[in-house]
Amino acid sequence: MAIKQFFQHTPSRRQISWIKSTLFLLCLVPFTRLVWLGVYDGLGANPVEFVERSTGFWALLILLATLSLTPVRLLWGVTWQLQFRRMFGLMMFFYASLHITTYLWLDYGFDWADIIKDIIKHPYVLVGAAAYLLTVPLAVTSNQYMMQVLRQHWKQLHLSVYLIATLGIVHFWWLVKKDIREPLFYAVVLALLLGVRLYYKLRQMKLKVDRARKVKLSAVI
Amino acid sequence: MIILHKTDVSSSEITPKEIFEDRRRFIKQAGLGLLATSALAHSNLLLAANSTHHTTPVGYPSKSALALPNFTKTAYGKEEKLTSYEDVTTYNNFYEFGTSKSEPAVHSKLFKPYPWTVSIEGEVKKNKTIGIDEILKLAPLEERIYRMRCVEGWSMVIPWLGFPLAQLIKWAEPNANAKYVEFISLADSQQMPGINLPILDWPYVEGLRMDEAMNPLTLMAVGLYGEKLPNQNGAPMRLVVPWKYGFKGAKSIVKIRFTEKMPMTTWMKAGPREYGFYANVNPQVDHPRWTQSSEKRIGAGLFAGRIKTQMFNGYTEQVGQMYAGMDLRKNF
Repeated sequence: MAIKQFFQHTPSRRQISWIKSTLFLLCLVPFTRLVWLGVYDGLGANPVEFVERSTGFWALLILLATLSLTPVRLLWGVTWQLQFRRMFGLMMFFYASLHITTYLWLDYGFDWADIIKDIIKHPYVLVGAAAYLLTVPLAVTSNQYMMQVLRQHWKQLHLSVYLIATLGIVHFWWLVKKDIREPLFYAVVLALLLGVRLYYKLRQMKLKVDRARKVKLSAVI
Repeated sequence: MIILHKTDVSSSEITPKEIFEDRRRFIKQAGLGLLATSALAHSNLLLAANSTHHTTPVGYPSKSALALPNFTKTAYGKEEKLTSYEDVTTYNNFYEFGTSKSEPAVHSKLFKPYPWTVSIEGEVKKNKTIGIDEILKLAPLEERIYRMRCVEGWSMVIPWLGFPLAQLIKWAEPNANAKYVEFISLADSQQMPGINLPILDWPYVEGLRMDEAMNPLTLMAVGLYGEKLPNQNGAPMRLVVPWKYGFKGAKSIVKIRFTEKMPMTTWMKAGPREYGFYANVNPQVDHPRWTQSSEKRIGAGLFAGRIKTQMFNGYTEQVGQMYAGMDLRKNF
């Protein structure tokens, strides 16, 4: 319950901005490492694969981090951590963009005929491409201005993050040849994160129904 | 001088004491393992620190206890640019030692490729076994530089040492029923940690049609880069079939079986839609997962892009006629 205690202590504004900066820099560590390894020839025998794997991994991991903020609110009723959601989301988009750029440029050298063939013929590539395309509108509408413009539609639009995460894991799952332990692990994590939401949603619906019934009952009496 | 192997002990002397020996080896290895793990961690760090891939030209590693001195160079692949020794020995698919590319080099350190016997069975005049020392004397060793194309879309150029598989087959004396050859790899969970995971149906099984096995290109490799095969590359003996995807090259072979029916191979069982028996390199026949029309050459660097994959990996002249009239889309 150390996690619960950690979250229940609401940080001051200053502390929040410190935490945010720290998380921001932490998110950039994998990128810095890749650049470092690239410069010093440390990317191994298959450097393109290395960069593809690494950027894909971090995009998925940061996406799961984004999706874990709401369960914390639901489980322990704290909200301050929700302030990091946009930053995490944009970091995920940053790594996903690096991932797709590596694929288009370093892997396929912008050979569009080959790229289109690869996307159409290979389900895991198709699913990955779909997931990335779906993140673009979310990144574009992540600012205050677009939130005001879209109003209630904004939330509906951003619900697609659940689909993006699912597609991301399917992409990973279909990519591995035989050893599915790693994608399975992330699938379980995602299932838990979505499961918490579903549980509270159902509970909320049940409460509503119960309340409505009570009102009816009292009216009859 | 360090003597690694006692070559003068015949296998008949060891066999009766096998259980005893095994136990001793186990005790020794348990202790050594601890030492080796920490030493390995250090040496890896050192290697990383000293890494100078930029300036070191591609060439032969220094002479070592692994050297195989007597071989003749051949014209095969003379014009090719070799993949570095480091890349060839650290980027491996050898699931018996783990499913990531870097694991085999690390997890095969304590593997013992010597002494080693291979049993010959099935449709042969008579079943027999042969030790690795005798195998090395079956035929003169040749160095052949072959391209190797992995089904995952990458490729290497490797200077193998070995002899045509046909020589071993001649010695094995298959009978008239033998239409196929099956290669069975070692599956020893004591030495191969990957065997404990049910990822593939162990032991690893591969196979060739008889004419493919007899083709002069098909190599029984016992070394690379002028020395004995490193453990992670399939020591002490592996198959090299350069016009087929890399997974056809069974590693650490312990059994060769001649059969009348087409063998069921490990990858055919694991994914019948993805892996066929023939597995000939073919840019026109796509794989459900990977593009097969182009490939990435290992060691070419981050910005090298892809190169076009050639039909039969560029060996059509030598092997094309074996598949005349066959639908290669069906027989993938």
